[in-house]
Amino acid sequence: MRSGLIAKKVGMTRLFMEDGKQIPVTVLQLDNLQVVSQRTSEKDGYSAVQLGAGTPKVKRVSKAMRGHFAGNGVAPKRKLAEFRVTPDNLIEVGAELSAEHFLEGQKVDVSGTSIGKGFAGAMKRHNFGGLRASHGVSISHRSHGSTGQCQDPGRVFKGKKMAGHMGAVRVTTQNLEVVRTDADRGLIMVKGAVPGSKGGWVTIKDAVKKKLPEGVPFPAAVKSAAVEEAPVEAPVEGAEE
Amino acid sequence: MDLIAQLEAEQVAALGKEIPDFKAGDTIRVGYKVTEGTRTRVQNYEGVCIARKNGSGIAGSFTVRKISFGEGVERVFPLHSTNIDSITVVRRGRVRRAKLYYLRSRRGKSARIAEVSNYKPKAGAEA
Repeated sequence: MRSGLIAKKVGMTRLFMEDGKQIPVTVLQLDNLQVVSQRTSEKDGYSAVQLGAGTPKVKRVSKAMRGHFAGNGVAPKRKLAEFRVTPDNLIEVGAELSAEHFLEGQKVDVSGTSIGKGFAGAMKRHNFGGLRASHGVSISHRSHGSTGQCQDPGRVFKGKKMAGHMGAVRVTTQNLEVVRTDADRGLIMVKGAVPGSKGGWVTIKDAVKKKLPEGVPFPAAVKSAAVEEAPVEAPVEGAEE
Repeated sequence: MDLIAQLEAEQVAALGKEIPDFKAGDTIRVGYKVTEGTRTRVQNYEGVCIARKNGSGIAGSFTVRKISFGEGVERVFPLHSTNIDSITVVRRGRVRRAKLYYLRSRRGKSARIAEVSNYKPKAGAEA
């Protein structure tokens, strides 16, 4: 199991393919993504990497968090997230991750906080049908209707779908295809929509329900190491051809 | 320019499509690539452009209406589609609306569009 990435949702656009197909894509951007710390089974009882993204104003970072970043020798980050990894996939602290972490054509799961809808009625929240437009219905055209039976049981069952707060919860969209990656600008384009608003933070992971394709970088695609690794990678690419 | 606009501008430049200056009311001929089995050929579709939507960026599209065997046919083309081989302006029409949906309810004489006699290309746009 390898690490995921933190990205910022930039927005949606479309890509025209050679064969005339158009693909709707969401553009996700990596913003200064670095490994902030590691969790190891000896020290913490599990192994994971903590990634940080974004560059906040230092004065807006709490003193405790400043100490955490300074202790690891990393510049303060705006967004932190932990990714569980197997011990052999731990990435060293301070390593900067690149968009080449995911391959084109690979399936990924993207999690984010969905756009808040506030207090929503049963029609919008649970796709209820509402009441009739006429035939004696007054004032309650969009109501949920009956919520139960009669004197027996004499109460509304727990979990009854009703109006209430909708959105602003963590949502994962599974099996989105990576259409294109741009390592220079740190862009990942995935097919289809991604939870959350523009400018929101999302996490991208390898799809749990799909097999990992051949050739994904382990433990991660690291930016600074790309120069050093280039001679090592070159013969591998030659062998594939 | 925000990143999305920049990406779209880059893609428009990379596709390198030559799009003539045309608007609703103009009669245009669209060369559309059709794949039959393994062979690809260009099919011409000529008619009146009755609408242009979403600007001239990557999301832009236009609607072409023609009367085919007595039946009105409309096709919507993405402006930058890789399936479009060519777009040529056959005739420039004089209309007072941006969307000519009223043509759908008209037939024959009342569906005619007058030709622009003194067409001048807009500054900066190629003819």
